Amino acid sequence: MTTSEPYVIVGAGHAAGQAATSLRMEGYEGPILLIGEEPYHPYQRPPLSKAYLAGELELERLYVKPPDFYASNNIETRLKTRCLALDRGACQLTLSDSTTVAYDKLLITTGTRVRELPVTGIDLEGVHYLRTIEDVDGIQSGFAPGAHLVVVGGGYIGLEVAAVAQKRGLNVTVVESEDRLLKRVVGEEVSAFFERVHTEEGVKILTGHQVSEFSGGSKIEAVKCANGTEIRADMAVVGIGIVPNQELAQDAGLACDNGILVDACCRTEDPKIFAAGDCTQHPNEVFGRLVRLESVHNALEQAKTAAAAMCGNEKPYNQVPWFWSDQYDLKLQIAGLNQGYDELVVRGQMEERKFAAFYLKDGQLLAVDAVNSVPEYMVSRKLIADRAMIPADRLADTSIPMKQVAQDLK
Amino acid sequence: MPKVTYIEFDGTEHQVDVASGLSVMEGAVKNMVPGIDADCGGACACATCHVYVDPEWKDKTGEPNEMETSMLDFAEEVKDNSRLSCQIKMSDDLDGLTVRLPESQH
Repeated sequence: MTTSEPYVIVGAGHAAGQAATSLRMEGYEGPILLIGEEPYHPYQRPPLSKAYLAGELELERLYVKPPDFYASNNIETRLKTRCLALDRGACQLTLSDSTTVAYDKLLITTGTRVRELPVTGIDLEGVHYLRTIEDVDGIQSGFAPGAHLVVVGGGYIGLEVAAVAQKRGLNVTVVESEDRLLKRVVGEEVSAFFERVHTEEGVKILTGHQVSEFSGGSKIEAVKCANGTEIRADMAVVGIGIVPNQELAQDAGLACDNGILVDACCRTEDPKIFAAGDCTQHPNEVFGRLVRLESVHNALEQAKTAAAAMCGNEKPYNQVPWFWSDQYDLKLQIAGLNQGYDELVVRGQMEERKFAAFYLKDGQLLAVDAVNSVPEYMVSRKLIADRAMIPADRLADTSIPMKQVAQDLK
Repeated sequence: MPKVTYIEFDGTEHQVDVASGLSVMEGAVKNMVPGIDADCGGACACATCHVYVDPEWKDKTGEPNEMETSMLDFAEEVKDNSRLSCQIKMSDDLDGLTVRLPESQH
């Protein structure tokens, strides 16, 4: 059977760019339509809070593929266009320009949006979120040495922004509502390490502070906290997490629960509809549960899996998640998911900014946070996939090389 | 513009133009050369852009730094001429560079 309706990809992030490429690599020769809200072709988000914010990476190098790649591979792109509704019965999408498009198969890669901070003054000039190129261009315009920056949220995005701004000579304060930095993602020891490093670099860290207001005239002048603390601010960057863009699927009756539910092949319950990337809630066999991941690796791998599935090929996605963060001279590499750990083992010297924190549950390695420690990271990726049981004393013993630790398990 | 030849594990050759300043990894990814995954986009965080530099180009492409060496130590099928292609920056001096791809990046 031949059909003239395209394979439509909604959302133009990392997963979308990869999926369009992978569909062609899988041998699909029919029409592809990629619809994105932003004015840009798919680009990499991780550098936005790192090298791009620091001005070390040009816009062209952010692109997943050069913009002319799409036309030359017969992939139509419709940018600055939002999908308003999905009609599964008619296999049709309604777009923000009031047109409709029909699809043969649909891939939803709508990603996430920033979690909003519902306080007075959030709309003042100089208050920014960080999600898009335009956000970062706006932040950069206020990045003058000596300026007072308040970062709201002590997660990875906030700490990366703090590191870049501090190096640029701004006066930086990080305000975190929880009692420690990175509370959602790392253990107490690792939180303490990041607080110490940022403090040593000159950043002021305020944990346990709930922002209640941005004050000023038309432009921000101060950040006020619920406990009465007031911090001078010429600008603020809010990074308090992201939420999945699942409404298009949800409103069309597809099952969602903190993400669009898909199987290991990125299929939804509708045989014509697939989803990939940050917006999905999907099974992870290594951890034996459903997860929603905010990661490039997941976006790329699910995109490849979804493209294969759209072409009738089963390439189940089943990998150990991994992440990274760059702050100052710290290269943080994370493998696995630490939720549910009952033991944290530190290997190496935190004072020397070179260590790994291993998270174990009943002796099984779940995850690692490796700071300037490549062997620990690389070995752990494999051990986590193998669901390895490792004695804590061997992990902690730096006199035994990591390769040896893994070898001795066999 | 300098050219790079990528040779897949099965012998398929891809000759592409890669602008000076871009990495050898970027040249592959942007031109749909299969076999270089580069999941991290060039942050030297994933070791999925492993290549073998043709021996005659080994000196011109320089030596890997400590981070890269450490990452390569854990890649599969590592040889003397193994490099992470995200860490090789293109220049006119490298016009004609040939790199070979491993069977797998994982």
